Parts: sequence; C-alpha cells; structure tokens
Amino acid sequence: MFGYYLELALRSLRRSRGLTALMVLTIGFGVAASMTTYSVFRAVSGDPMPWKSSKLFVPQIDMWGPSGRGSDGEPPNAMDYTDAMKLMRDHRAKLQSAMYEISPSIVPADAGKHPIHVAGHAVYGEFFPMLDVPFKYGSSWNADDDAQRAAVTVISGKLSEKLFGSANSVGRTVNIEGRDYRVVGVLGDWNPQPRFYDVVNNGSGFATDTEDVFVPFLTAVQASIRNDGNTDCNVSQTESGFVGLQHSSCTWIAFMAELDDAATVTTYRQYLDGYAHDQQQAGRFGWAPNNRLRNLPEWLDYLHVVPSDTKVALLVAIGLLVACLVNTAGLLLAKFLRRSGEIGVRRALGAPRLAIYAQFLTEAGIVGLAGGVLGLLLTGMGVASVSWVLPRDIAALARVDLSLLVLTLLVAVMATTLAGLYPTYRAACVQPAWQLKSN
Amino acid sequence: MQIQPILAALKRHKAGTILIALQIALTLAIVCNALFIIKQRVTHLSRATGIDEQNILTVRNQWVGQPPSQQVIGLMATDLAALRQIPGVLDAYSTNSYPLRQGGWSEGLNYKPNQDHSTAHTAIYFSDEHTLNTLGLKLVEGRNFRADEIGHMDVRDKLGPPSIIVTRDLAHKLYPDGSALGKVLYLNDNSTTIVGVVERLEVPWVDNFAAPWAEQTTLVPVRLAMSVGGFYVIRTKPGELDSVEKSVSKTLYALNRMRVIDPKDGVERFSEVRAKAYARDRGMAILMGVVCVVLLAITAAGIVGLTSFWVGQRRKQIGVRRALGATHHDILSYFLTENLLISLAGVIIGALLAIGINIWMVNHFEMARLSLTYVVAGVVVLLLLGQAAVLAPALRASRVPPVEATRSV
Repeated sequence: MFGYYLELALRSLRRSRGLTALMVLTIGFGVAASMTTYSVFRAVSGDPMPWKSSKLFVPQIDMWGPSGRGSDGEPPNAMDYTDAMKLMRDHRAKLQSAMYEISPSIVPADAGKHPIHVAGHAVYGEFFPMLDVPFKYGSSWNADDDAQRAAVTVISGKLSEKLFGSANSVGRTVNIEGRDYRVVGVLGDWNPQPRFYDVVNNGSGFATDTEDVFVPFLTAVQASIRNDGNTDCNVSQTESGFVGLQHSSCTWIAFMAELDDAATVTTYRQYLDGYAHDQQQAGRFGWAPNNRLRNLPEWLDYLHVVPSDTKVALLVAIGLLVACLVNTAGLLLAKFLRRSGEIGVRRALGAPRLAIYAQFLTEAGIVGLAGGVLGLLLTGMGVASVSWVLPRDIAALARVDLSLLVLTLLVAVMATTLAGLYPTYRAACVQPAWQLKSN
Repeated sequence: MQIQPILAALKRHKAGTILIALQIALTLAIVCNALFIIKQRVTHLSRATGIDEQNILTVRNQWVGQPPSQQVIGLMATDLAALRQIPGVLDAYSTNSYPLRQGGWSEGLNYKPNQDHSTAHTAIYFSDEHTLNTLGLKLVEGRNFRADEIGHMDVRDKLGPPSIIVTRDLAHKLYPDGSALGKVLYLNDNSTTIVGVVERLEVPWVDNFAAPWAEQTTLVPVRLAMSVGGFYVIRTKPGELDSVEKSVSKTLYALNRMRVIDPKDGVERFSEVRAKAYARDRGMAILMGVVCVVLLAITAAGIVGLTSFWVGQRRKQIGVRRALGATHHDILSYFLTENLLISLAGVIIGALLAIGINIWMVNHFEMARLSLTYVVAGVVVLLLLGQAAVLAPALRASRVPPVEATRSV
C-alpha cells in the first residue's frame, strides 16, 4: 500500500510544482537555520568530560571577605598563593592540582630561528591522571619531581613535532625562558573545549590554540615564570614583583580536585570550612567561612561559559522553524483541500479514513524528506560559513557529523508530518456524498 | 468596500485564516526582536574610539629570557627610537593596552585617600609625551605630559603617578560642576593632579561590564617595563600604513633577536583590532539579518500560496459576482481587504508576542527593553508585505471573466 501512496504523493506533488517547491524551500531554510545554530550551541554547551565531570570539583575560598564579594555574595573565582599551597600540602582529595597560566618563550637550539611563544600551564603531576590527559610518548612527572622542583616538562605533540620532528622526544631538552627542561611526556591529541580546567583565565572559556607546554607548578614559581592569566587584587600588593604576588591576597591560581563519591565531597567541604575557620581564629580572615565547592558542570554554568548570544541565536532559529512549519501547514491545507473531489471519489469507492490519513501523511512526509535533504545542503553551507559570522574560537567548534545529519533529516520529516496532521485530518473529514453531488 | 461579506467568507476558511494570521504574528514577533538586536549591535560596533584609527598599527612585543624591568626600560627606548625612524612613521609609544584590545588595567579614582567606594572607575593607559600625538587625541584643556615627568614601573609595583590626563567624560563624572583641570585626586591612595583633559578615548573593553564607564579613561605618565613585554602603538602618515606594517618586525628583530613578535598577529592594523573586538556583535547582527530576510520571504510566499489557492477555489463565485456587475476593481479590493483584515489580526497578536518575548529575554539574557518604534515599524512592514504578496493572486482573480459563472467545473 505504501508504494501506492508514494506514487500518488509524487504525482500530486508534480502536479503543483510551484507550491511543492515553496514548501520544500520553507522546510529546508527553517531546518537549516535551526540546525546550524544548534551545531554551535551543541559545541559550546557540551560536557568536556562526560565520564568524569561530576567527580571534578573547583573549591573557592573567601579570602577577601565582604569587601571583595560581588553583590551576589560569591567568593573570588580563583585562589591566592597562600591558600592554594595550603590545600596542596594537606592533599585531602584523591587527585588535585593548583595551576596557573603561563606563556613562556622557547628558544630554539638553532640560532638562526626566532624564539617562539607558547601557551601552557604550570600544574602538579596529578593534573594529567585527574583529567585523563592522553599521552603519545612518556608520561607525567611524579610527586617527587613536584616536591624537588625538577626541571621537567610535558609538551604537546604539535610542539614536539615543531622542535624535534616526528621522533619520540622524551628525554630531549627544551629551553624554556632560558632554562633547560627535560621532556618527560608528549601529549596525544588533546585540546578540550571549553578549556574547563582554567575557565577563569580563558576569557570566554574557549581557546583556538592548543596548550603546548606544562611544567611543574613549584618549578615554575621558583624559576619566576610569570602568570600570564588574570590577576585580581582586592588590596594592592605591598611588595613588588612576582614574589610580592605570592605574598599578597591577589588571586591568580586555579584549582581542581577529584572527589569520587558523596561522602568524600562532604568531608572535603568540611575540610574547607575547617580551614577557613582556622584562618578566622588565626585572625587572617575577619569573617565566617564562605566557601564553595562546585562540580565541573555547575562551575561551567556558574561562569556562564555558554555565551548568551548563542542561546538567543538558537531561540530565534527555533522561532524561525516554527514559523516555517505554520507556513507549511497552511500550504498543505490548501493543497489537500483542493483535492476534495479526489478524496470524495476514493472514500466513495470504499477507502476508510485511515487510508486517507496514510496517503496524505505520506505526502507530507515526502515534502519533509525533500526539505530535509535541502536542509542538509544548507546546514552544511551554514556550518561552513559560521566562522564568518561568529568569533573564531567558537565557530571552530561547530562541525557537521553523522548525528547532526540524521537529526536534520529527522527534524525535517517529523516536523513536516506534524504540520501535515491538521490538513490531513481535514482531508479525512471530507464527506464523499457531498463532494460527489456538488461535482 | 463592505467588510461583512468578507468576514462571512473567512468564517468558511477558519483554518487557513488562522494559520496565515498566526504566521504573520510569529514573523512580526521575531522580526521586531531581531531588528532590535541588529540596531543594538550596530550602535555598539560603530562606537568611535577617539583615536586616529586609519593610520594606527599595534605591535605586541614579548621579551625572551625574562630581562629584568630595569633592562627593559633601555630595550624599549631603543625600540621606540628605531620605530620612529622608519620612513612613514609619525610617532610611536609603548603602553599596556589600547582601545578595543579587550584586556587592560582598571583602577578607582577617589576624592579622598582610603575611601571605601571609588568615586569613578577608570581604565589606565600607560603613556608618555608621545601618546597624544600617536593616538591623534585632541587636548581640550591643560597640557600634554612633559618628557621629564615620565616615570617607570614594573607590573606589580604600586601605581601612583603625580599627574594624569583624563577624558572629558571622566572629568565630567568627577567634577560635574566645573573644570577638572588642576584638581587633586587619589589613585591607590597616592595624590595626583589632573594636568590635561582629552576630548575622547575609549577603554580597552567592549563588553557589558565596561559599558557604564566606556569613555572614562586615564593616561598616566608612566612606562610599564615588564619583563614579559608589552605593546607599541605606531601612527603612520596617511597612506603609509602598508609599507610601515611590512618593516616593523624586520626593524625590531634587527635590533635584538631575543623577542617574539607573532608572525600572525604580532603586528596588527587597528582595523583588524576593531574587527576582532566586535566579531561577536557583527556576527549576531548578520545572523539576525539573515533570519529576518528568510522569515519575511517565507511569509510572503506563504501568503501568495494560500491566496492563490483561495482564488482558484472561488473562481465560480468570482464569476457570479462579475456577472452581477462587480468591476475588476471590486474583486481586486475584495482580496486586498481580506488580506488586510487577516494581517491586522496577525499583527495585533504579533505585537503582543513581540513584547512578551522581549520581556522574557530581558529577564533571562543581557538584553534591553524593546522600543515601541520597532514594533510599529514591524507592523507597517508586515502589512505592506501582506498587501504586496496578495497583489498577484488578487489581480489574477480580478481577471476572472463573468462567463465563469455559467461553467461547471
């Protein structure tokens, strides 16, 4: 039967080409607009580490007190040196790392080449297993390297390629800010978006370039590799320079800890409050503990990592799709009712209502399918040209993949069939006797 | 034209009528809000920075090997001297930031030392006696910095210059009732005197947080000598931008190799800085524009489609009316009026919807209140669009001959 309906539908669509083209175009544009914006939205709102994000926590300590809080009473987003070091020493989480953004220069051994600047982070060795960072060669450094301020580094595959060619570069040395560091690990393909481990220092949370170099936190502090990220001060530094920054209450350090179950989270929370309480007793904090411990998804949400522009664009595109569907419903209604005579004849010859439903919904589905195919083409074009419209760091994340293609087709067919429901219902209501008589 | 018969006819096409009205309503609601977003973004991105944008180049210079601040002072002086020697260069200076850079330094200015809440929030640009000339700023009161006034500091030193130059906006904010010139203020609890007022200079940020103080800028007579590096701003003679842009990196590397100037965006024209800073606004405006055009086109096409169907369906009735003496014009105006009635219903619902959506967006996103002008403009556009769309089918209807009345299907 389906074959017959298909044939009927195609014949009917061919008969009024203008109207058919109009419907297909409408669906195509509506679906493409919403799918293109959805692809961007999906890219920026995705969970960067779905298998682990609920176990990763960002502690916040209120070291500034009421004068440094925003109107919402939230403590600062980053940590000062004193608190970060205390948390690292106490080591109450399974895995944890303080970190700060660096942008050191690397001096090539070849004197003919200009030095290059790379982006990276000073982190603890546990950073890598905590974030399941993939290694191509070697591994991260260990706790002893951290404690002894060893001159070791983990570099990206891209930087390794640039400096040493395609060979395994573990064991080679890299000159970072005038000092030699031994390469202990080379990263595999790793460029998580958003840059979730240090959102505060990444502006919008997204970054186009990869991070190329990681060095031990304490080594970097000892070598005075300056932080290249934000520094926020509630009270101006009293001592100058990088050492002064370490003695100040200015915040410049990001922190992440892995806590595996609810019990450890509760314990960690108590530990943070206990620490703040001790500081209050000691007279460093003149206020009651006001700490936060958010897991990664909550943290990204709190920092508004998904740009509101993206949400507005998605809403507008969905609105466009709805308007397109209303339009299609109107056109289908016109098209179906024009064939009241034909419906009357079919009904009179014994076709049940159900058969009319099947026939006309098939026709709507075909229009949807054609619209979906057009929508696919337009979505492809849309995603390709999105970099022309959106900032590069965000546009680069939008891509067409199989799930988007399937979704586009599905949305087109489902939506059109939905739009065809009412017109079909009206068509099925046609009274055979009345139609036959009036003709 | 009688409205009664039209309404009676529409009652027999309830579904189609409601669908067209609904579509017009949705279109109006979306188009109004989209146009409003476009207007806001365009206003935002066409804001003037107050500097001679056409002839300005910015250079991001990073030192290698962390030279101490004292050494950087000398390195910068050598660089600047060399930059000013490049043929076509008018002037140059070193700074921490410039308008639209999206990163910079901000402080509070106070009437008294140890004030709890700052009197005015301001962006700080590190400057010297070349700054006004390089940026092309217009001094409206007072004087420029003198060469002997210019100090030095490292990034974590305390900022406390003896004199400052402020923008007119900031001067007005601080001293609404009179001239700010010569007044003494407190910056980081150090006293400082306003020695000059410039007409206009934007802060480095374009985001919402800086919008209330977008032109409250302070120039300090201090060179920021950071071991990581900093920025040079160069003003070229008109028409010399291309040639200067090419020779900047070469000149600097020839002086000293231990530096990094990114080959991609180390040297940037100000037009590129502007494009980058406003990429998001521009993108949003384009996106909304595309949505508007698509939506209006689809709505118009929908009206054409449905009206054509109605005309086809009523050929016999039209024939009867023509046979009974109705003119071409009567038939034409029948369909135009019919569309006008449906459109009116649509735009009334649409206007309410537009305002509702806007209120919802104001509550959920950083959005301003929709001005009624946009709703009115949207209503007019949609009514005209409806009339234009219905014209072709209506003309076809008016050409139905009276003889049609006598024909059966």
